[in-house]
Amino acid sequence: MFKKILIANRGEIACRVIKTARRMGIATVAVYSDADRRALHVEMADEAVHIGPAPAAESYLVAEKIIEACRATGAEAVHPGYGFLSERASFCEELEKQGIVFIGPKPKAIRAMGDKIESKKFAAAAKVSTVPGYLGIIEDGDHAERIAAEIGYPVMIKASAGGGGKGMRIAWSKAEVREGFERARSEAKSSFGDDRVFIEKFVVEPRHIEIQVLGDAHGNAIYLGERECSIQRRNQKVAEEAPSPFLDEKTRAAMGEQAVALAKAVDYQSAGTVEFIVDKDRNFYFLEMNTRLQVEHPVTELVTGLDLVELMIRVAAGEKLPLRQPDVKLNGWAVESRLYAEDPYRNFLPSIGRLTRYRPPAEGRHGGATVRNDTGVTEGSEISMYYDPMLAKLCTWAPTRLEAIDAMSDALDGFVVGGIEHNIPFLSALMQHPRWREGRLSTGFIAEEYPEGFHPREPDEEEKAIVAAIAVAVELIRRDRLDRLPGRLAPHSGKLKSDWSVRIGDDYLPVELTSGSISVPLRIELAVAGGKPVTVASDWRPGEIVWRGTVSERKVTAQLYDILNGVRVAWRGLAVTARAMLPATAELDRLMPVKAPPDTSKLLLCPMPGLVVSVAVSEGQEIKAGETLAIVEAMKMENVLRAERDLTVSKINVRKGDSLAVDAVIMEFA
Amino acid sequence: MKDVLAELERRREIARKGGGTTRIEAQHRRGKLTARERIEVFLDQGSFEEFDMFVEHRSTDFGMEKTKIAGDGVVTGWGTVNGRTVFVFAKDFTVFGGSLSEAHAEKVIKVQEMALKNRAPIIGFYDAGGARIQEGVAALGGYAEIFQRNVLASGVIPQISVIMGPCAGGDVYSPAMTDFIFMVRDTSYMFVTGPDVVKTVTNETVTAEELGGASIHTTKSSIADGAYDNDVEALLQMRRLIDFLPASNTGELPEIDCAQPATGNDPSLDLLIPDNANKPYDIKELILKTCDEGDFFEIQASFARNIVTGFGRVEGRTVGFVANQPMVLAGVLDSDASRKAARFVRFCDCFNIPIVTFVDVPGFLPGTAQEYGGLIKHGAKLLFAYAEATVPKITLITRKAFGGAYDVMASKHLRGDINYAWPTAQIAVMGAKGAVEIIYRKDIDDAEKIAAHTKGYEDRFLSPFVAAERGYVDEVIMPHSTRRRVARALRMLRNKDLQNPWKKHDNIPL
Repeated sequence: MFKKILIANRGEIACRVIKTARRMGIATVAVYSDADRRALHVEMADEAVHIGPAPAAESYLVAEKIIEACRATGAEAVHPGYGFLSERASFCEELEKQGIVFIGPKPKAIRAMGDKIESKKFAAAAKVSTVPGYLGIIEDGDHAERIAAEIGYPVMIKASAGGGGKGMRIAWSKAEVREGFERARSEAKSSFGDDRVFIEKFVVEPRHIEIQVLGDAHGNAIYLGERECSIQRRNQKVAEEAPSPFLDEKTRAAMGEQAVALAKAVDYQSAGTVEFIVDKDRNFYFLEMNTRLQVEHPVTELVTGLDLVELMIRVAAGEKLPLRQPDVKLNGWAVESRLYAEDPYRNFLPSIGRLTRYRPPAEGRHGGATVRNDTGVTEGSEISMYYDPMLAKLCTWAPTRLEAIDAMSDALDGFVVGGIEHNIPFLSALMQHPRWREGRLSTGFIAEEYPEGFHPREPDEEEKAIVAAIAVAVELIRRDRLDRLPGRLAPHSGKLKSDWSVRIGDDYLPVELTSGSISVPLRIELAVAGGKPVTVASDWRPGEIVWRGTVSERKVTAQLYDILNGVRVAWRGLAVTARAMLPATAELDRLMPVKAPPDTSKLLLCPMPGLVVSVAVSEGQEIKAGETLAIVEAMKMENVLRAERDLTVSKINVRKGDSLAVDAVIMEFA
Repeated sequence: MKDVLAELERRREIARKGGGTTRIEAQHRRGKLTARERIEVFLDQGSFEEFDMFVEHRSTDFGMEKTKIAGDGVVTGWGTVNGRTVFVFAKDFTVFGGSLSEAHAEKVIKVQEMALKNRAPIIGFYDAGGARIQEGVAALGGYAEIFQRNVLASGVIPQISVIMGPCAGGDVYSPAMTDFIFMVRDTSYMFVTGPDVVKTVTNETVTAEELGGASIHTTKSSIADGAYDNDVEALLQMRRLIDFLPASNTGELPEIDCAQPATGNDPSLDLLIPDNANKPYDIKELILKTCDEGDFFEIQASFARNIVTGFGRVEGRTVGFVANQPMVLAGVLDSDASRKAARFVRFCDCFNIPIVTFVDVPGFLPGTAQEYGGLIKHGAKLLFAYAEATVPKITLITRKAFGGAYDVMASKHLRGDINYAWPTAQIAVMGAKGAVEIIYRKDIDDAEKIAAHTKGYEDRFLSPFVAAERGYVDEVIMPHSTRRRVARALRMLRNKDLQNPWKKHDNIPL
């Protein structure tokens, strides 16, 4: 076994690999760029080597620097994680030349599978069912239009070297093909340094289901069941699970066997993933093979009880697979949520900055469920624009799917993230979504269920009552302390009142304290909106963000954020402001004028912090709805800002290359 | 007997109606509460004791004798906020537009005197049309009597003004002499002379909002210390402010049970200072992570944002925080920031509120605009305020403390009680580039030498250790321990006893 390995990656995956290596007694070497000097993976590793400036192209993507770091530290093997150099065959070959082991498949397999066009040819040869498409390089916009017409719309334009949704576009018409081609090509170039793109048929109502395979150097290969990754936004996975609620044993076995056949065909000697598109009749088509550890591998680990990183390391060290296909047992259900630094209310645009608060829920067993959180950040970390905006992968396991989903809801409710915007409200809402809970999924799920984007949900009556009860419980504890201020008049007149009115939106809910005294832990009875008194119990103390307790026997984990004279309660994807007032104050509060937010309809505001790539219009120009106004790049993604209606540009405030803050005024309209 | 009791109720009923139902409705339509409603929201329920409910004006000119309304345009009295005594007066816009008559002034003076005599805070809610012109010089006299009492009470009891409607002419000067002024957005404005006079005299066309609205006074003029969206929001926040303040300059600091122990570490603070010395960070995060429960009442949040001032608590007791804000103008000290912080420091010193200062200051802002604007004397105000303050003073240098600004920001030399620095502190006369160009002027054309000199300067001076070697910094502390260290220092300083030499009063550079 290796004595020391280097992890050629950053973030959560570097941390995750280090954990397993440490458990196996292997020393670890981290690498870091300027932006990651103080990152968690650097702190966790036994040694760390600086490999250059922040942009990945000058650090994490430079093979020579990684090899140099191995040589300097005496690392015998390299785990590449995912992304970066993980699927670059030339990197493996260079390592081999230097006598360093690549913890992953052999270059030949990477080369065969890594290129999306090549891999399809291979798959077809191995009798794996494939999607119709054009297995060649698209030369220009005209060519793209022609090919698309041959295949038939809709089509998918993809970067040949791509992955993770970057350099990928769906086109439903001739015009979209042309633009999609240009965008995909430019993103492919900036993200992967390779601008080749290809086109294939886009399967409608598809589900994304992938098979985890594992091979060794002794000709063995097995599959570890599937993961369903249909919940995607712009082809970027958001939530995954294992097993899939859609597959039956027969389909699972058929897919597994094809995946293993493909792995054997390329002499695959590591952990890999064969991705399939599955249509509504359970026909499945090979999509691609990822010759690396997948982001979502933890769900497979949770249902199989295996450590994929450990197995990768053992296989790379020449060991035989410790198990055969019949030994693989799928146990229970696991769900993964990807926490991203992005603003769900602003079309999921990236959000960067300092994580002023980061308190994940406790890992381990909670009742019948297990919580696992793979993360690469800590409170105080800087989320930079240079890398993937994923903060953490929160996973839950339970015996059944619904139990795992409910455990996920609880875990998300208690996950505190501050300083940047994040998608927890969206993930929470997803966990409550009936269609998700029923398992009726497709890769179009998010686009279909949230066609107008994600917006804060209005609480229903029961939820309002719970929020009101929490608001009063919190107010009572706060007031109780003030009733012990020194210098009070005796007999004091500021005693706790039992009658309250809680303003939620435009509603005022009467809440009456019917019994119980105020102390921590709190146990009181409240009658909300004239209903029967319900017990509210919690050990919450002032200053705590997470409120854990029960309201009328229902377990509630909510987050409280102070606002002027009230709290914002974040719970189950809701963000509800609640202000507990004395009824007399509430009567007067009703008289207060409603203030309209400032009119921004004549402004184009920068939706996220980023760099101006181009301004497509000039002052005085008339623009039709849907036309491009400007392109802003953030987190390596180009975001096209389009006119929402017909308008005339009156003033442009930015220039190409400007770095903009969120809500900066890009241009004004007449 | 019964008739007499009924008569009292009848007269009270009339007095409580103020200017009558129609005017009350008009007040509500404007989005404003009445004087009595404001008092009801502000004070503990049922705690208000009114004075002079039946006072009427005594004017006989211009037919005034025919219109008399009980209360005469102001409601006065006292009550409690969370059980602690507060004196109040609220201008009643429904009665003669809240205008000030001699009798009206006498009512205000009465509560001012009672507040001072009984050492309790006083708060005024303004919604008034200035002097009652029919009363002539009697009204002017009334104003001056009020001003005089404002001044006598200054530094003895906290005085707070909330502008909740028009406030013009003579009415502006009483708030101006109180400790804090707050405004309500869109429904309040204050100015010495209104838009009509402005138009006549200077030919400027300006609206009341542009001339003296909340946004002007919180961002441009610094007259107001904060603004709120509506009356209820403002009044409830005033309750919150009162909870932070001692009742008088001899009253004890309010202390509430602290739910958050000050014994733990906060590792995230070790990552607060960015790698790059020119990169900003938000000093408010440090304030929020140092004070109890992240509860911080900011004063002048929208003005001179390069310095942050406000109240928080540490282990349940009120603390005044002053901090350079690297997010705005790199946290530089300019005239506005100096004035803002000086006034806040002096308020804290008046009322025995310990001051915690976080320093990250690159110096004073250069330029003609600043120098012509009197930066020397404005900067001196802050220097003066810190130097004269005898309350516990804890200073923490997080990053830059350059030049004269180092001295000003509650340095050891200005009787700082405990002066801490983080390991990231750079205490020096100036940054490396400027210093090297002066010290090694002869090498200025030799880039290599300059680079070597710069490195040498950075290694030697851009650290807390030169200052620590001299005892100017008591201790270099780990960022994660900040709350714990500040809390312990404040405990140690609870019995601090320090007097300035007797004087009639000092002569701060105004």
